[in-house]
Amino acid sequence: MSALRSAPVPAPGPEDHVRGSGSAPVVIEYADFECPHCAALSRRLEGARLRLVFRHFPVRSSHPRAWAAACAAEAAGLQGRFWEMHDLLFADQARLEDPHLWRRARELGLDLERFESDRRSEAVRARVRRDFESGVRAGVVTTPTVFAAGRMHSGRFDPDALAAA
Amino acid sequence: MTIIQPGTPAPELHLRREDGSPFTRAELEGRTTVLVFYPFAFSPVCTDQLNLYDDVLERFQEAGATLYGVSCDATYSQAAFRRQLGVRIEQLSDFEPKGETCRAFGVYHPDGFPQRALVIIGPDAVVRWSYQAASPAELPGANLIFDGLAAASSRPAA
Repeated sequence: MSALRSAPVPAPGPEDHVRGSGSAPVVIEYADFECPHCAALSRRLEGARLRLVFRHFPVRSSHPRAWAAACAAEAAGLQGRFWEMHDLLFADQARLEDPHLWRRARELGLDLERFESDRRSEAVRARVRRDFESGVRAGVVTTPTVFAAGRMHSGRFDPDALAAA
Repeated sequence: MTIIQPGTPAPELHLRREDGSPFTRAELEGRTTVLVFYPFAFSPVCTDQLNLYDDVLERFQEAGATLYGVSCDATYSQAAFRRQLGVRIEQLSDFEPKGETCRAFGVYHPDGFPQRALVIIGPDAVVRWSYQAASPAELPGANLIFDGLAAASSRPAA
């Protein structure tokens, strides 16, 4: 019963999705591809001197397609294209139904059959759930939530403050 | 006003369910209850506290806990709010006399709405754990409730 008790946000590990220079300040982001504030933050963080760690925080009842989108990004990641799918999902949040996910997969030149079976696999769901639960245990409630320099920032905050941290 | 402390028997409840029927102290007996006090239905946050709790509702059930949302909104507003959020967590209304139950739990904000607060009540209707957010803008994580449930089970009422 204690599975979701408080725990510190896990440090970035080999299974995390990370982009940005290894020497830049680390920012761990919990986000959801259907969340408009997450897309806005993602745009604002582009090009910032940060080492960005992306973790899934799909909340079903607020964003019904968030889980499907998260699993699609993971399935793309299994073919080495996580960040490309991440960008394509945030670029058009009004189109997250299955045919829209397939269109993105085709655009990235993915093996579609593999993409389709991967995104529905228990392994991929478990991967997304692991991110989500680590966020719950760290106290994440709303998206986006970002951990930077030992501090948690939630909802609407000034991303410029992260780079300065 | 200070939030009700562990070890205190729960006060009498003057709450209404969504169907208008009363929710009294007797309902607390025989199971673990989590009361989630929140300021207002339809307050503008993207992913609400209740959405998150609803997503891990099965985990609360595994822990033997039943969650209720409590606010001073009318039952009709609460029902509409719950439907809009798409959550299953039952809502209890502290509408008339307004805020009486919130006051009894020590979570009534001077401006006329519940503080954001969490109260765990044991099967013996004694408060086991309570938490009040530093401000209504702070959204308490689900992790805090799991911490509270763990503390409650390891510390039976005296």
